[in-house]
Amino acid sequence: MPDEQQVVEPPPSRDIIAPGYTFGTVTDQIATVVLTKRTPLFWFAGFGVGFSLLLVFLWSVAVLFAKGVGIWGIRTPVMWGFAITNFVWWIGIGHAGTLISAILLLLNQRWRNSINRFAEAMTLFAVACAGMFPLLHLGRPWLFYWLFPYPNTMGVQPNFRSPLVWDVFAVSTYATVSLMFWFVGLLPDLATLRDRTHSRIARFGYGILAMGWRGSARHWSVYETASLLLAGLATPLVLSVHTVVSFDFTIAIVPGWHSTFFPPYFVAGAIYSGFAMVLALAIPLRSAYGLQGLITDKHLDNSAKVMLATGLIVAYAYILETFTAWYSGNVYEESAIWHRMTGPYAFAYWSLIACNIVLPQFLWLKRIRSKPALLFVWSLVVLTGMWLERYVIIVSSLAQDFVPSSWSVFQATRWDWGTYFGTIGLFLFLFFLFIRLLPMISIFEVRTLLPQAKVEEEAQS
Amino acid sequence: MIKPIYGVIAEFDGPTALVNAARAAREKGYRKLDAYTPFPIEELTDALHLHKNRLPLIVLTGGIIGGLSGYLLQYYVTVINFPINIAGRPLHSWPAYIIITFEMTILFAAISAVLGLLGLCGLPMPYHPVFNVPRFALASRNRFFLCIEATDPLFDYEKTCGFLETLEPREVSEVAH
Repeated sequence: MPDEQQVVEPPPSRDIIAPGYTFGTVTDQIATVVLTKRTPLFWFAGFGVGFSLLLVFLWSVAVLFAKGVGIWGIRTPVMWGFAITNFVWWIGIGHAGTLISAILLLLNQRWRNSINRFAEAMTLFAVACAGMFPLLHLGRPWLFYWLFPYPNTMGVQPNFRSPLVWDVFAVSTYATVSLMFWFVGLLPDLATLRDRTHSRIARFGYGILAMGWRGSARHWSVYETASLLLAGLATPLVLSVHTVVSFDFTIAIVPGWHSTFFPPYFVAGAIYSGFAMVLALAIPLRSAYGLQGLITDKHLDNSAKVMLATGLIVAYAYILETFTAWYSGNVYEESAIWHRMTGPYAFAYWSLIACNIVLPQFLWLKRIRSKPALLFVWSLVVLTGMWLERYVIIVSSLAQDFVPSSWSVFQATRWDWGTYFGTIGLFLFLFFLFIRLLPMISIFEVRTLLPQAKVEEEAQS
Repeated sequence: MIKPIYGVIAEFDGPTALVNAARAAREKGYRKLDAYTPFPIEELTDALHLHKNRLPLIVLTGGIIGGLSGYLLQYYVTVINFPINIAGRPLHSWPAYIIITFEMTILFAAISAVLGLLGLCGLPMPYHPVFNVPRFALASRNRFFLCIEATDPLFDYEKTCGFLETLEPREVSEVAH
């Protein structure tokens, strides 16, 4: 290649892109991660952990298929247990990716350009993990297509008045739209990889995927329209998905579930845990691949602020939940909250308060937000807290509902844990494959952040 | 008549030079122009008069079809195909249909946005003459290209090359078919 440019070592910066980059160096730095023949040790370590846990997942699923859902701890009255907890947790994590790629695009937040690609990938893989749980929880997962309305010899159809059927449509639409949005975003970068690679196989593969993209001005003009339209479609979609997930609970009359503030509360919680996952992925990635000039401290700071803001909304929801239970004067609502705070799930409840409300208040301090290592720990705390939140909402409400004679305590089995950690493995496995095979930062969008991308108008006359 | 070449292409260093060149070529009367850039440039869209496209209409149509089919599917299933009394609700219980109608609207609109994008761009297109220019690989990295196609009525190999040279490009090359 003529006039090969060297990747500059970028200084730490408070900007969204370090100074000194050119179109060539951003392209090379991001593309090299994919096109190099040398795979860093970090990748093998992460992929190894993911792959080992994926095997745990496959093992758990094999046992589940052989023996049935009885291997999990789900017993009457807690029939939802870990499966639905994990489903809600994973799908929530996915929401931050769409928020970054769609909502921040519409709001013209240009700092999103360097984190949107891997955040969208995170969305896709999180939705894939989420989708596992309702399917496995079906009992007979091979009959999953019964969830969809199709002409069948049994002469029956799904009940469209049920939130569980709404969920099928919401989640499958979300997965499809996220995949398409992600692919459209990848198209110009696939063309870059096609043009940069020296390997024939890679050129063929990326060439097929890039579909002959050549960066024509005609294409870009349609492309920009398409991105805006897709962002405009994904924005109400992402808000609707967790709303529909919350309907799974609010439409039921179980005390602790049946309340109108669940949709906004769930959406805020989803973005909260999603940004925690964005930080948990971005911090190790940028130091392992030396991307501090593209994913700067400013990005981490902004993500931490979004996390803090949504965390405060979640805190408000917890307060409101308790207040509503007391103010309703409904004995079942009151005792549901009281059991949460003092009953067999008290430890989980107070841990979630600590993880989701108390500890995140430290994010007000700039000292904490500016230290990536600390932010990483904080994001793991929030992820744990949000998992506990879903666990407490689902399990404690079901375990102690109306009649004390039907009460019971949920005990997770090792297969519950195996499936849960297994999906973390599936997530890491897919994610590490992604960062090895596709550019984890959107190259063409980062190019637009450079000062030299601006057309100087005075030169024209 | 089949032209012997596809056109001539000039390579520029930066977006400003390219936009100025595109404007100059439009002023000179060239209409069969295309520019190739590593990222979208709004001024270029203006310079080449490319602002209108039919994508929003395609997406709107897709969304309307999706919404209607979502609603009608539920209506057909719950009222005609499989009427069943659930908690005494009317068979046509429209408030319950809203969510799936909404999801189907978004799904169809998004699918038509992606297919519309590919259709309007003419993708997938495995072969295009501009790829014959060896330095064109840089169009996806850090170079900006302006191509005047041979089908342009004003196209004349010598004159067009001469015109492009006046725009101070890095290089002017011929695009073979």
